Amino acid sequence: MSEIVAEGKNIVRDYIVPGGMFHKARTVRALKGVDFSVERGKTLALVGESGCGKSTLARIITMIDAQTDGELTIEGQKVDISGTRPTPEQRRKVQIVFQNPYGSLNPRQKVGDVLMEPLLLNTDYSATDRRDKAQDLLKKVGLGPEHFDRYPHMFSGGQRQRIAIARALILNPSLLVLDEPVSALDLSVQAQILNLLADLQDEFNLTYIFVSHDLSVVRYICDEIMVMYFGEVVERGSRDQVFTDPQHEYTQTLFKATPRADVESIRARLAAKQAKMAAGN
Amino acid sequence: MDQTMEPLLEVQNLSVSFPTANGETTVLHNASYRIDRSEVLAIVGESGSGKSVAMLAVMGLLPGTARVTADRIAFEGRDLVSMSEKERRKIIGSEISMIFQEPIASLNPCFTAGFQIEEVLKQHTDLDKKGRHKRAVELLEAVGLPNPEDRLKAYPHQMSGGQCQRIMIAIAMACSPKLLIADEPTTALDVTIQKQILELLARLQAETGMAMIMITHDMGVVAETADRVVVQYKGRKMEEADVLSLFENPKHAYTRALLSALPENATGDRLPTIDYSADFTGETL
Repeated sequence: MSEIVAEGKNIVRDYIVPGGMFHKARTVRALKGVDFSVERGKTLALVGESGCGKSTLARIITMIDAQTDGELTIEGQKVDISGTRPTPEQRRKVQIVFQNPYGSLNPRQKVGDVLMEPLLLNTDYSATDRRDKAQDLLKKVGLGPEHFDRYPHMFSGGQRQRIAIARALILNPSLLVLDEPVSALDLSVQAQILNLLADLQDEFNLTYIFVSHDLSVVRYICDEIMVMYFGEVVERGSRDQVFTDPQHEYTQTLFKATPRADVESIRARLAAKQAKMAAGN
Repeated sequence: MDQTMEPLLEVQNLSVSFPTANGETTVLHNASYRIDRSEVLAIVGESGSGKSVAMLAVMGLLPGTARVTADRIAFEGRDLVSMSEKERRKIIGSEISMIFQEPIASLNPCFTAGFQIEEVLKQHTDLDKKGRHKRAVELLEAVGLPNPEDRLKAYPHQMSGGQCQRIMIAIAMACSPKLLIADEPTTALDVTIQKQILELLARLQAETGMAMIMITHDMGVVAETADRVVVQYKGRKMEEADVLSLFENPKHAYTRALLSALPENATGDRLPTIDYSADFTGETL
């Protein structure tokens, strides 16, 4: 059960800011030695504010970017794309869903083609097999065969995110990296997509790495959580452990900053406001 | 009528429609709003609920193709509908001002923060150059930016999203407005920065006694800021209540559905979702 799907040891990523006539090139260390591991069928959440390196790490795990240093293992195989090209088989295992479903789908490509392209490139399925598989997956993510020949602009944000999820799943990956998959969506659509992700995880025994800045979403979906701050992991642990007893100062700040929508907090806020008004008069 | 009893802004039966290839599309149906002095009203709804359009219509910022009809839009008893463009522009930007969702995009990238703050003061006040500069420094101090003199010389791209939103707030506060309309002011910001901006708005609101309309889709933001809440769906007002009774005892089916879709309210291992085939718009309170 506790089979490790992906593991990183001391992952470092530097970005080089090019210099000019009067100043030298600068190196920015976006990841300062990050360790992580995630078990099959579990969800690991990466939490932090913009610029903390969570998306950089997501890109490294998806083999889009190369790590500068450190060791990345996916399903027992070491991966370093700066040295050797990953095999199609390795690429198949890790797929990604991006934040903005408006930007991540080609507007000139029909939904059916979006879904069939990975199969065309990576498998030797026949045209009918590809079509069947794509239709099948459309149904799994809650869309119908009538959507097969439509273009992305004919869909709402939530539907597009479903298409992006279907595209990520079409090669039967074992690890799905979700880079803020619900931040661009409305509350009720967000709930639908989160439910869909939970259903798919149960059905295919998928492993998720869930990148997010929204703690209420993370609390709902994740098993393990990693809090990042300026390229470092400042806190990690199981969901209950981190949410009930946050150790690091930054995690506590993050929790305090999350708006609270329960009746007691509203009552407390209104009482404080009234007291302030009374004191002012 | 007693001046204090009169609402600050009163909107009656506001409708907005846009012409499209398939005929006229109505995006706001007969919505009425009322906001009193020193009150914080939140208008909450999902995309397409008409929450932004309603306030843009009040401000007169919709494109010319929009068809806006209202029985009455009155600010302090002055009718904004029958008013000339020139008169309206005197009120907009000084007595009513607005901040937007994308702070970096709503500032002009070609001019410094200082220029953009002083531009408003030039338009709406008779302060001289020195006076305008002094007021701009005061404003930056009020919105909590360190080194105001340096910040005045900075261009938008040299600042972070949170800093740009503070500049936007400084511009909006420049003429001490009586009503500030904040259209999703923290949606593009991190939670820690969101907290700071919401606290800043609450502090400025308490200090100046201005009224504030907070347009948002985030129930958390509503819970943290509002006195009274209007819930909208598909261009119609669903429910209006004070913030405590809305969260404690939501009356409308749509409000209940919206609140139960919050991840923090999850009870089982799946979230309840809103059934869009149920037509909430038919139900009236």
